[in-house]
Amino acid sequence: MDGEHRIIMKRHIIVIGNGMVGHKFCEKLTSKDQNQQYRLTVFGEEQRIAYDRVHLSEYFQPGKSADSLALADHAWYAERQIDLILGERVTGINREEKSISTASGRVLSYDLLVLATGSAPFVPPIPGREKNGVFVYRTIEDLDAMKAHAKNAKRGAVIGGGLLGLEAAKAMLDLGVADTRVIEFAPRLMPRQIDAKGSTILEAKLKELGLTIQTATNTTEIVGDDTIQAMRFADGTEAPIDMLVISAGIKPRDELARSCGLDVGERGGIVVDENLTTSDPNIYAIGECALRGNMIYGLVAPGYEMAEVVASQLTGTSKSFVSFDMSTKLKLIGVDVASFGDPFAEGDEVRSICYENHTTGVYKRINVSSDGTRLLGGILIGDAESYNMLLQQVVNRLPLPANPEDLILGSRGGAEAAGAGIMALPDEALICSCEAVTKATICDAIRSGTETVDGLKKCCKAGTGCGGCIPMVKDLIAGVMKAEGRYVKKNICEHFDYSRQELLDLVKLGKLRDFDEIIDKHGRGHGCEVCKPIVSSILASAYAETANKKPVAQDSNDRFLANIQKGGTYSVVPRIPGGEITPDKLLVIGSVAKKYNLYTKITGGQRIDMFGAHLSDLPAIWEELLAAGFESGHAYAKALRTVKSCVGSTWCRFGLHDSVSFAIEVENRYRGLRAPHKLKSAVSGCIRECAEAQSKDFGIIATEKGWNLYVCGNGGSKPRHATLLAQDIDKETCIRYIDRFLMFYIKTADPLTRTAPWLESMEGGIEYLRQVVCHDSLGMAAAWEAEMESLVGNYRCEWQEAVENPEIRKRFTHFVNAPEVKDPTVSFVPMRDQVKAADWQTKAVLPIAESSTL
Amino acid sequence: MSSHESSSLTWHHACHVTDVPDDGGSCVLLEGKQIAIFHFKRINSWYATDNECPHKQQMALSRGMIGTQGDEPKVACPFHKKSFSLESGQCLSGDDFCIATYPVRIENDQVFIGL
Repeated sequence: MDGEHRIIMKRHIIVIGNGMVGHKFCEKLTSKDQNQQYRLTVFGEEQRIAYDRVHLSEYFQPGKSADSLALADHAWYAERQIDLILGERVTGINREEKSISTASGRVLSYDLLVLATGSAPFVPPIPGREKNGVFVYRTIEDLDAMKAHAKNAKRGAVIGGGLLGLEAAKAMLDLGVADTRVIEFAPRLMPRQIDAKGSTILEAKLKELGLTIQTATNTTEIVGDDTIQAMRFADGTEAPIDMLVISAGIKPRDELARSCGLDVGERGGIVVDENLTTSDPNIYAIGECALRGNMIYGLVAPGYEMAEVVASQLTGTSKSFVSFDMSTKLKLIGVDVASFGDPFAEGDEVRSICYENHTTGVYKRINVSSDGTRLLGGILIGDAESYNMLLQQVVNRLPLPANPEDLILGSRGGAEAAGAGIMALPDEALICSCEAVTKATICDAIRSGTETVDGLKKCCKAGTGCGGCIPMVKDLIAGVMKAEGRYVKKNICEHFDYSRQELLDLVKLGKLRDFDEIIDKHGRGHGCEVCKPIVSSILASAYAETANKKPVAQDSNDRFLANIQKGGTYSVVPRIPGGEITPDKLLVIGSVAKKYNLYTKITGGQRIDMFGAHLSDLPAIWEELLAAGFESGHAYAKALRTVKSCVGSTWCRFGLHDSVSFAIEVENRYRGLRAPHKLKSAVSGCIRECAEAQSKDFGIIATEKGWNLYVCGNGGSKPRHATLLAQDIDKETCIRYIDRFLMFYIKTADPLTRTAPWLESMEGGIEYLRQVVCHDSLGMAAAWEAEMESLVGNYRCEWQEAVENPEIRKRFTHFVNAPEVKDPTVSFVPMRDQVKAADWQTKAVLPIAESSTL
Repeated sequence: MSSHESSSLTWHHACHVTDVPDDGGSCVLLEGKQIAIFHFKRINSWYATDNECPHKQQMALSRGMIGTQGDEPKVACPFHKKSFSLESGQCLSGDDFCIATYPVRIENDQVFIGL
């Protein structure tokens, strides 16, 4: 290594600004600069390392901190040998000498300079704007100042009803300033993105959240001695206000560029060409400070694209920044808002189709060319699910369907699977805009054998950015395979040429009851860790067999009826139906945990997990728990986990029905029910939904008239809200529907597929599921209910079986030749008055086996 | 059976054949070492390997599921499903790990391991 020599040869780039775009530039350049031809120095005016300004309002949410907004840490910069200088303002650029000087007198020379100075909030010259209690909304310091002042503030206001203004209003609510108003000069909210009708719907939604909206209002004065007390408006009215945030737009930070004589725009912004070069060829400008084609791009995506363009050019790939689609989709205070293409297109050449529903708060508008062939743009509020496809339609100038309204209303000739149009996209359609991956690139990769999302992420980076395109990537995989005539056959593994569903049918038809019998008859070889647990799950679903039947063919957790944890110990989770537990039972858990030195924690599913049990202690632990009336919680199994509940009408003043009793009834009915994946449920006593039933595989919410049943929601890495299946039904109907729903799922889902992806891949979607479950369109309802009844009737607690049977108990020894000796490698370290498992001894980072225990 | 041949091999009594489940594994403590023993009944074979999975140094292979990959008998670690050949000890899931294997002898329903 001739390190010294190489450093001397490197060209020096100074980046001024360590915001999101400045940081992205460092990221892009260091990853592209394979030959290490550059050395980077970065100046940041703030004390903090680059952080996520887009999600600034999350700073006030519980559990969020400045750290959780950070985009990188010092180690990240150090690893890339980037010299990061924070809290030091660059005050001058000497273009002759090619050097910069800073507030502290430091002078540094550069070969190339990148200006990523961003923007500052624009504060209109309203008299009184300097008073205490008046803030802008840009940095974490601004937020800290707001936080301090909000403690004594009751009435808040935000000037500006644009994107940032509404974010600021949300922040005010989060700070506890419940009486907050949004004041917008224009006659509607978000004037750059949405139209008047959309604004009306959005306003209604925001009012529901407690905000007051004042459009077409001009503030003339901020009143108060030292501190704001009121605001005065052009119509002569006045409102008492304790706290004001001004978010009336941005102005580019171009003062450095101005002072060294670079070209700047009339209304601010550093003029750049399509290569993002300023009027000095050695200086680039990127992000919100750059003025390209007379436009400031105030969104993060085009800023990132600019970083990409400059980094590419510097590393030998020609790329330019022509224009950028300003379509946006965001969740604003919990409301979906999207605008794409030309949202306001009007005139003789344009026809608009609108859908407005004031009950649900949904507004959709699409603008279609008058000959009905092309989509020009549109607006979505309250439901932006079709945003991706609509945007593709605009960008790729795709032909419109015969009834363009189908685009926003769905085809009404019967439900049509979403994403059906993906194969119609042209090859150059940009699927992943973060990494600029086209449809052709993805399809080629699929054709040459990469048939999984993970595989595609590795080989072409699609879906590695924001992840928003992954549904489209999945549709492409299915589409290409289908187009190639390749049947996407979901064989279990090399030992069985059948899907789970096919094998389940074969097992039941042949009344087969043993793994060996099944593999000899329908498979080949001797099985593996993939097919053995699937067959065991099938047998459990078919005959209510417990995991004690053939332990060696069970997943390791099922074999030992507990979850294996780091270090080789196990966790113990007794069932606590509905989360209801007596003080006596709590005492038993406490004393057992103490006796066996177990770490205890409340789970997310309203029960108690005890960690760190030695394998050989499990039967004794369970003996004590069983004696106190507990039973297995099946936390280790692909089976029903918990049915959470809120306290309901028994205690809660809002509760409509007794949600706890119903949750207990449901949990006891389906306990031990094995399925292709784990199942979670919840029952809420009213629409406030404290039990979070809408995030569950099946969830029940009390209504005035009965119960609403929601299905196919889940948390996990890809959360999905449950969908309403049936409304205002009585308890008995609810149970019948759940019986049918669960049997349908158990019989048809692929292994390890939760209900949400199961529904997503179901042709016909929720409408079809509703036909099957509520209207018995397959004529299976009676048979399924009977089957479920028999599974429920055959339930046994497998831990009861285990402790009563000396042969089974023998399974729980670590050394069969020394049963009294525990695994000597097990080690614990103290943590907050309890113990935890010692850390892995190696540093390799690999995914950890699923061990969640809800 | 394993292919290990060594002149200095010492046979140690490990356990009774019924201590190891059919088509499954158990762990024994021999000379301070944790050894996993597998009775692959479907192919009428016995195997012995290290009990420790080299991936994260967990003593758990005896609790793993056994099976075949092609004709190769194997065990999958219950932690992260790394698979190892019961014949050669080679990792079959693409990593550079390897576990030691030991010869097994059955006499009068007793299991002996050669160390």
